[in-house]
Amino acid sequence: MKIQFELNGAPTAVEATPMARLLDVLREDLRLTGTKEGCGEGECGACTVLIDGRAINSCLVPVVQVRGAKVQTVEGLARDGRLHPVQQAFVDHGGAQCGICTPGFVVAAAELLARDPQPDAITIREALAGNLCRCTGYQKIIDSVARTLSGDEEAAR
Amino acid sequence: MLRIADTFVVERPRTVAAALALLDAHGDKARLVAGGTDILVNIKHGLHAPEVLVDLKAIDGLRVVDLEGDVFELGALVAIHDLARHPGVQAALPSLARAAGLIAGPQLRRMGTLGGNICLDTRCVYINQTHFWRDALGYCIKKDGTVCHVTKVGKKCVAAASNDTAPVLWTLGASVRLASPRGVRELALEDFYVNDGEKNTVLAPDEILTHVRVPRPAPTRRMAYQKLRVRDSIDYPMLNLALAFDLDGGVVSNLDVVVSAVAARPRRVKRLPEGPLSAALIDEAAALAHKQVRPLTNINGDVAWRREMVPVLLRRAFAEALGEEAAA
Repeated sequence: MKIQFELNGAPTAVEATPMARLLDVLREDLRLTGTKEGCGEGECGACTVLIDGRAINSCLVPVVQVRGAKVQTVEGLARDGRLHPVQQAFVDHGGAQCGICTPGFVVAAAELLARDPQPDAITIREALAGNLCRCTGYQKIIDSVARTLSGDEEAAR
Repeated sequence: MLRIADTFVVERPRTVAAALALLDAHGDKARLVAGGTDILVNIKHGLHAPEVLVDLKAIDGLRVVDLEGDVFELGALVAIHDLARHPGVQAALPSLARAAGLIAGPQLRRMGTLGGNICLDTRCVYINQTHFWRDALGYCIKKDGTVCHVTKVGKKCVAAASNDTAPVLWTLGASVRLASPRGVRELALEDFYVNDGEKNTVLAPDEILTHVRVPRPAPTRRMAYQKLRVRDSIDYPMLNLALAFDLDGGVVSNLDVVVSAVAARPRRVKRLPEGPLSAALIDEAAALAHKQVRPLTNINGDVAWRREMVPVLLRRAFAEALGEEAAA
């Protein structure tokens, strides 16, 4: 079945079976391996991507459900050779350890920052509650999100 | 890797009528999917093997949140996240908004739907496992087997109702609207659930839950929801409790307590007291709840501890309903 959707801002079409997981279509058919598989049953958030601006677990989304939707993966966050501010914050403040959970955290954090540019600590923890870090590096992840620079600050760097 | 077995056809009807026609044509070989957060995991674990999956997400009109009339109307496809964050729901039905906000984690709340939570399959430590795991232990009544590993001797499945919204909607006097080729029927939520873990609702194979209807609560109505789980950020309940009562001039009446994640059907605590709000009244209600609710070893969490937490959740719920600091 031919399935068309918008991927990181560009129109995309893939030939896939309707129940193929969006996760597998992204990683194997479209070669976007930034999105990771952890548990495969919706608990760990490693496979988080945005569908129409909302963070979801791509291991539980049959690709047929994204027909006509806007999908954004971690690869779509950097613009014009510059990291997304939250990616830069993870680099600056040690938000990543082994790295397998990082794309999911970054995407979930990017969704949060898009709707709430200056979230308080509780809001950050709530927004990242669906993402597990097996290195247990949560504090630095939360610090990285809290210290993500606003657009103006970023421009002044 | 838990891929989805790709052995079935997916249909995406645009209307309820078209979805009903598909169910009518395929009978029990068809299953419904909306958010997919429950059924897709269960398909991955080999609990269902449908030939046709009817995806409801393309149907318009089932995302309504109408809080205007004397009876509120909530569409079955309203996302759990939207229910939790809806200012009108937060104001008029705070216990429902709170329960929705405590379902699973953020990603799953954006995927899951109100109708899906009401129709959530029952859960048990012996069933929510991979096929390999279940095969190794020996199957059970709910799927492929003849014994119950929880009760050992029982012939009835005791998997637990694990919906967060069900006990709350029960205390709110909600009903569900069910569409089928025979027409539309409306059932009190309390009549929608039955005490059988194999299938704990009366939803027929050719029926679709389209709306939830909730009577506008009286201004005197107070309500609360409390949940016990392993990880506060994501898990299903090990025990949950919804509370509602009228408070008028310091007097409590129509006190209603529904406890779930215990048996296949939520359980209403009986013979609850009425009268002036006092520590004694709350003590009496807590003692009755403790006496009447007996958790089983069907889900995670020590049974004795879960039972001791029943009165604790009830006290917390009173504090929450009364707006006391201790509620948190």
